[in-house]
This record gives sequence, C-alpha cells and structure tokens, in this order.
Amino acid sequence: MPLVAAALLSSGCATQQPYDYTAYKESRPSSILVLPPLNMSPDVLATNSVLSHVTLPLAESGYYVFPVTLVNETFKQNGLVNPAEMHDVTLQKLRDIFGADAALYITVRQYGTTYAIISSESRVTAEARLIDLRTEQTLWSGTATASSAEGRSSSGGLVGLLVSALVHQIVESTTNRAHPIAGITSNRLLAAGRPNGILYGPRSPNYMTDGNTRP
Amino acid sequence: MPTFTMRRMARVIAPATLLLLNACATGPGPLYYWGEYQPQVYGHLTGEKGPDEQIASLEAGIEEAKAIGKPVAPGYLAHLGILYAEKQDGEKMLEYLDAEKKLYPESSAYIDFLMKSKAKPSN
Repeated sequence: MPLVAAALLSSGCATQQPYDYTAYKESRPSSILVLPPLNMSPDVLATNSVLSHVTLPLAESGYYVFPVTLVNETFKQNGLVNPAEMHDVTLQKLRDIFGADAALYITVRQYGTTYAIISSESRVTAEARLIDLRTEQTLWSGTATASSAEGRSSSGGLVGLLVSALVHQIVESTTNRAHPIAGITSNRLLAAGRPNGILYGPRSPNYMTDGNTRP
Repeated sequence: MPTFTMRRMARVIAPATLLLLNACATGPGPLYYWGEYQPQVYGHLTGEKGPDEQIASLEAGIEEAKAIGKPVAPGYLAHLGILYAEKQDGEKMLEYLDAEKKLYPESSAYIDFLMKSKAKPSN
C-alpha cells in the first residue's frame, strides 16, 4: 500500500482514530463555498493569504470552488466587512445566494514569523469545518499546521525535501515569509487523499473511492 | 540573481510543488491550469496588484491553458470578470462571468444572482 505509506509519511502521524465519514458520504457535496477565514493570529495578512491558497487543494480534489474574490466582494457589497460577520450569515441565506452544496469555515490559529537570533520560523496553523448547506450538518472538520523549520529538521523523506525546497525558494523572494507556508498548510488541511482529510469530489477521477466507514 | 526572476520562479514553483506533494494521491497530474491565478488573487486581495496587471497575466494564462489542453481553474474566469467590473467594462465582465458559468455549471445560481444585481456596475 504505497499510497497509505506516503500519506502517513506526509502527515507524520503514526496512528489516528479513523474519521467518521457517514454524514459526508450521505451528502456528497459537489460545490464548496469558502468563506473568508477568521483570523485569530496577530498578523492582519492571515485572512487574505490563506484565502488565496485554498482553491487549489479543494479544486484538485474534485470540487467546484466558488470564486473567492467574487464571494468576498458579494459579502462586502452587502455590508459585511469582516470574516466574523460573514461567518454569522445563516446557512439558508448562503444557500439562497450562492447555490452551494457546502460551506467551508476556516479559522487561522497561528500565522506569522518569529524572529530569533539563530534562525527564524514561519508557522501557519488553520482549522476548517465543512457544513452541508442543505441539511445544515457538519460533514467534516480538521486542522493542519506547517512550519519553515520542518525542512531543516530533515523529517518526512521526499515530501520534507520538497517542502524545504519550496520554502527556501520562496522565502528569498517575499516580504511575507508566512505566505508560502500558508500554501503548505492549506494543502495539508484541504487536499483529499490524506488521513482523516476531506473526501474526493465528483470532478476527481478518485471520486467515491475513499473514506473509511469502519476500521 | 535579480529578485524579479526569483519571484517569477517562486510563483511558478509554488503551485507545481504543492501538486507534487499531492501526486501520490491525485494520480496523473493536475486537473486544471493554475498559472498565475492564486498569486494574482493574493495581490488583488492585498491591493498590491491593480486590475491591468492582473488582466494581462491571467489572459496570457488562458492562452497557455489552451496550449496544454487543460481547463482554467474554478474561479479563474470569474475573477477576470470582477477585474473588468473594476475597469467599468460591463460587457467584458458579463462575458467572463458567463464563461465561468459555461465551464462550471455549479456556479449558475450564483452567477445569475450576480448578473441580476449587477445590472448597475459596481463602483
């Protein structure tokens, strides 16, 4: 089972309780509305940074993802300027306006760079809840973190090398060092095919092939 | 090495690397063409990039996508719509919103809602 081995490698966890996908499999959403993330970190860039990264892992997992800039604009034109207000909109209202099957609520817990004498570390941690807009049930929730220090600790084999390469390539070229790390966090949080991650959506060739029901 | 080249390289490398990280799970390559979409979206959200710069980059990307025979990512065409709305070009805006709807019927209800409410162009 090379796939499982690879997935375990990239998550770095040995054993996890398998996620209960019962509600998810009953719902089988095909389109996901991502709300601008709630930011609990001190860095004001967190919301936009994470929002700009999340379409890729979700879309490549087989879902239609509503255009994040347009969605953001729609909220603003309706007088909602910050993510907290947007997260308070009723599910019914979201369903009426966007016609989405599910909504994804993201909270950024950590975002930023700690500068130390020896070396600095950028870390981004985020959690997400996927809610069915038709039944109002929670389909899935998860959390993920990524850090620029990972590559230097040489953990995670090939994936670790790739992450390290990615981080060092981009760190040179950006003023916001946490931004590329947020890309890795988003990928870990929202790419299907990971342990206890989201399931593949209908646009993926892997649709309906995953999701343990029982151990 | 000039920073511009590094920056350009980083933007190309980032999505590619993220997809690589997924490669074991997603099988034969990405479903969509991403190009500059996410970096441009970030620039748009932070206000670092104006509509003209984004339009130039994303429209060039559409040609690249055709060349490799992949559909542009979900939201790509709709984002171009919003950029033209900023430039007060209602015709182009509608063209791109309509193109998003055709490529991704999942967006139909939302795009129709927008077209109704955007009979007056946004400021």
